[in-house]
Amino acid sequence: MPILEGKGVTKYFGGLVAVSNVDFKVEQGEALGLIGPNGAGKTTLFNLISAALVPKPGTIRFKGENITGLKPYKICRMVVARTFQLVKVFADMPALSNVILGSYFGMSPGMSSKDAVREATELLEFVGLSAVKGTPAKDLTLANQKRLEVARALATNPELLLLDEMMAGLNPTEVGQAMELVTRIRDKGITIIMIEHVMKAIMNVCERIIVLHHGAKIAEGTPQEIVTSKKVIEVYLGEKAHAGS
Amino acid sequence: MDITTLTSKKSLVWWVIILIIFILLAFVPLYAPGYAAILLISILMYVILTVSWVMFSGSTGYMSLAPAVFFGVGIYASAIIGGKLPFPIVVGIGGLASFCLALLVGALTLRLRGIYFAIFTFGLVMLMAHSLLFWELHVTGTRGRFVIVMGYNTIYYYLLGIFVLLLLTAYLINRSRFGLALQSIGQEEDAAAHTGVNVTMLKVTTFAISAFFMGAAGAVMATKWTYIDPFIAFNPFYSFMPVVMAIFGGMGQLFGPIIGAVILTYLEEFLITKFAELYMLIFGTILVIAILYLPDGLVGLIQKMWNRYSERKHADT
Ligand SMILES: Nc1ncnc2c1ncn2[C@@H]1O[C@H](COP(=O)(O)OP(=O)(O)O)[C@@H](O)[C@H]1O
Ligand SMILES: [Mg+2]
Repeated sequence: MPILEGKGVTKYFGGLVAVSNVDFKVEQGEALGLIGPNGAGKTTLFNLISAALVPKPGTIRFKGENITGLKPYKICRMVVARTFQLVKVFADMPALSNVILGSYFGMSPGMSSKDAVREATELLEFVGLSAVKGTPAKDLTLANQKRLEVARALATNPELLLLDEMMAGLNPTEVGQAMELVTRIRDKGITIIMIEHVMKAIMNVCERIIVLHHGAKIAEGTPQEIVTSKKVIEVYLGEKAHAGS
Repeated sequence: MDITTLTSKKSLVWWVIILIIFILLAFVPLYAPGYAAILLISILMYVILTVSWVMFSGSTGYMSLAPAVFFGVGIYASAIIGGKLPFPIVVGIGGLASFCLALLVGALTLRLRGIYFAIFTFGLVMLMAHSLLFWELHVTGTRGRFVIVMGYNTIYYYLLGIFVLLLLTAYLINRSRFGLALQSIGQEEDAAAHTGVNVTMLKVTTFAISAFFMGAAGAVMATKWTYIDPFIAFNPFYSFMPVVMAIFGGMGQLFGPIIGAVILTYLEEFLITKFAELYMLIFGTILVIAILYLPDGLVGLIQKMWNRYSERKHADT
């Protein structure tokens, strides 16, 4: 059974269809890439999966169970965690407290405070933020804030992790580190869906890719199939190649 | 030395200091002259309103202008059932009525963010006053009510008791995981929700707990005024003052709002007696200066000065 399955997932904003009748399946343990031009509806799809928005119409199932319309905190406790394209860290809290919150509330029942501190400390170590655990999140670099979001998401003990443009705005060294971090998260057995414009990262990390365009799914397949798909090159990769040249 | 023993020693010192302050406060009416009790009643009333306000609004960032509603509900509860039931129960009912109203209002409105929530809660003050007035004019045919009278010392001790309970509650919430969750709501509500915090439940519950203490204080204060009507009970002034006092004192620490409330209440009483006609002018000026130049309130300023002082001390050694 797929860990996550969407059927006919649709979302309108007024007259604009942001996500249009999308079907998808995510298998346990895989890393799935989600790509498409800006405004294609990628973030909206994440919002629908994590229940920030409710699909209308459409259903989303987690391990066969219909989770459409549940509250975000319930989805989180059902072991789906996410990060945000525009980082949303708890700015005035130390990095450690950002993560501890996930340990406290990301599953029920939450951890004792001693266990929470221990786990949060380990996770900061895992993402490479041990040195700044006492620093208020707002004083971290963008790359570190993004890693902090990953640590906070991991603290909720997810089986499925949604990463929204984790590498946008990072320099090449930081992108390398982020890719390595994603690989280590996969090695923990956590299923990943990642939105990314950095094709190199997607090609290296994901075994399957879904392409969105104007809210609709226009292609799905292995990285090789995607980069050679005429349709994808036309609407997305071609445009990127122009922009890049 | 181990850092935990250091902090626990430090906090022990704080506990002893706080205990001594409360013992002193408990004996004040026995020794102080009569007007001191009146001043202390005003101070305690504002301290309770301010600390309760900060309990919800300070951490979540939802600016509530509803204190006057919950305070007023307590006042009216006391006017209606005071004398018919033992007074501690009257106070409890005053608090509980506010608690229930806050649950209802919170469930309906806490999805509103920012300015909309503030405006709504303020509208509620007006709504309460005017619907009560309408009720009295057209249904009961009365205007206002008399309240059973109690001695100043009794009022003082009730307020002191409420204050102790409030302080304990606020302290326990702040230390608990729910305190952290409330802060996370204030800083990035969406992220809090996606990190497993049941934001709606937490906001509504905290809003209601803070309303409980405002209502209880209202039930006690009603007995000081002997006669109340809708506009005395639901006076917007009681919504603004806690906000001003909290900002003036600084909301970073639990004692910031307390200090703010104590100083501003004292200042108000002092100015009213000494410069009755200039009082609002001076009071307003002080507030404007405080808001412009003390971003973290009085306590923030003191902390900054303390940090600078200890840095210099370190530099010297
Ligand atoms: N909350 C919203 N209200 C109205 N329109 C929105 C909202 N969120 C996204 N949109 C619109 O939906 C479309 C898809 O946006 P988004 O999912 O953010 O795209 P992507 O992440 O693929 O760049 C865009 O046209 C965007 O303007
Ligand atoms: Mg996006």
